[in-house]
Amino acid sequence: MTPDDIKRVIIDALTRIAPEIDPASIEPGASFRDQLDLDSMDFLNFVLALHDRLGVDIPEVDYPRLYALDGAVAYLASKTGAN
Amino acid sequence: MPSLGADMEAGTLVEWLKHPGDGVTRGDIIAVVDTAKGAIEIEVFEDGTIESVHVKPGEKVPVGTVLALIRGTGPERPGHPPGHPSAAAALRTPPAAPMPNAPAVAPAAPAAPSPAQAAAREQPGRVRVSPLARKLAADLGVDLTHMTGTGAQAAITREDVERAAAALKTPAPQPPAPPPDRSTAMRATIAAAMARSKREIPHYYLSTTIDISVALAWLRKENEKRPITQRLLPAALLIKTVALALRDVPELNGYWIDGGFRKGAGIHIGSAISLRGGGLVAPALHDADTLDLTTLMRQLQDLVARARTGSLRSSELADPTITVTNLGEQGVESTFGIIYPPQVALVGFGKIMERPWIGSGKIEARPLLTATLSADHRASDGHRGGVFLTAIDRLLQTPERL
Repeated sequence: MTPDDIKRVIIDALTRIAPEIDPASIEPGASFRDQLDLDSMDFLNFVLALHDRLGVDIPEVDYPRLYALDGAVAYLASKTGAN
Repeated sequence: MPSLGADMEAGTLVEWLKHPGDGVTRGDIIAVVDTAKGAIEIEVFEDGTIESVHVKPGEKVPVGTVLALIRGTGPERPGHPPGHPSAAAALRTPPAAPMPNAPAVAPAAPAAPSPAQAAAREQPGRVRVSPLARKLAADLGVDLTHMTGTGAQAAITREDVERAAAALKTPAPQPPAPPPDRSTAMRATIAAAMARSKREIPHYYLSTTIDISVALAWLRKENEKRPITQRLLPAALLIKTVALALRDVPELNGYWIDGGFRKGAGIHIGSAISLRGGGLVAPALHDADTLDLTTLMRQLQDLVARARTGSLRSSELADPTITVTNLGEQGVESTFGIIYPPQVALVGFGKIMERPWIGSGKIEARPLLTATLSADHRASDGHRGGVFLTAIDRLLQTPERL
């Protein structure tokens, strides 16, 4: 799985939670919570969706690394061994 | 048409999930009704057989209208010929939902059972639609009845509706009749309930700051041990805490009806859930004081998901005995809510923030939480409200016992 695949998985998970968002408008460096008005339940569902789709374990202490698109792609790429 | 809250006046029948001749058991979902709060699944409160239905899909009827007649399974009462629907047969509001301004039962006009109606009928598949998609479908004139969605649990999404609308290829002779706008309708119902609350309920307000460091440290450790699917959010702890504290101060748990306090039949915590696109609902977590944290968390997740996809159940909207709002998600320190009538109290939690705190004579940085109570002075006094907030603080200091 390439970083682009991971990015698609992330965007897909976000649009399931917030169907009204335009994926093209997501700023890669800015927090999802602020951009997309996610609450803690939304964020938990986002983490669960990533876990389901990618089969990676994401400890709670790593949650901050998933706060924005750039960081999330890098973190999940390292977890899945993508290159 | 059951009343799904003090602010509901009418509902539109979307579809029947059970049909004349079908057997039903208490708790079955027999119909979907569209309200300002989204599509609501209507549960039945009788065992029996559907005798006849009286409202067609698409019809909007006032609260109290008979939707269907159900023939009970109990012994025939003397004077009632066999096969005659009993007086208890009208589909009605659950008795646990005392809404003073809503007649619960319309007199049931007994209809003679017709064998033809009882013939087995093909049951259409359950259609899940998000409120956004449903509104869009109404705007675009898309029929959702036979559509299969591509969303989670085959829910129909906005994209599905847009695709279907494009496929219709009607060269835009859209009738300009403005369809009722969901968010406008929801604003109107919130306005009505909140105005009534401020008009009728003499609120008093209390606030306290709680050191939540012990609870958060416990939660962090607990979540380290738990698989990702079983992790807890602070909200689950807070709801459980409120439920347990209400055992100490039961006069905050229930309804003010006809000039008197009626204690809730259980501790059903209405959890305020904001909806994407505006508005909010506060459906009940039933008997929250009896649920362990894992179960409570799972039910909360399910409730939030269903509130946002528009598939709440009638009992969840009709019988919360108190409301909890957690505006801390939006970053505010404290929230003083308006009580949702006929409830008598609302608990608000603000954002958990690291702040200076004096513990054992030293100033330390601690995560602090502001808990507030808005309560109906007719049902309780500030002293009892204070006892309640103190109980919340005390319970949060021993999170392992929640």
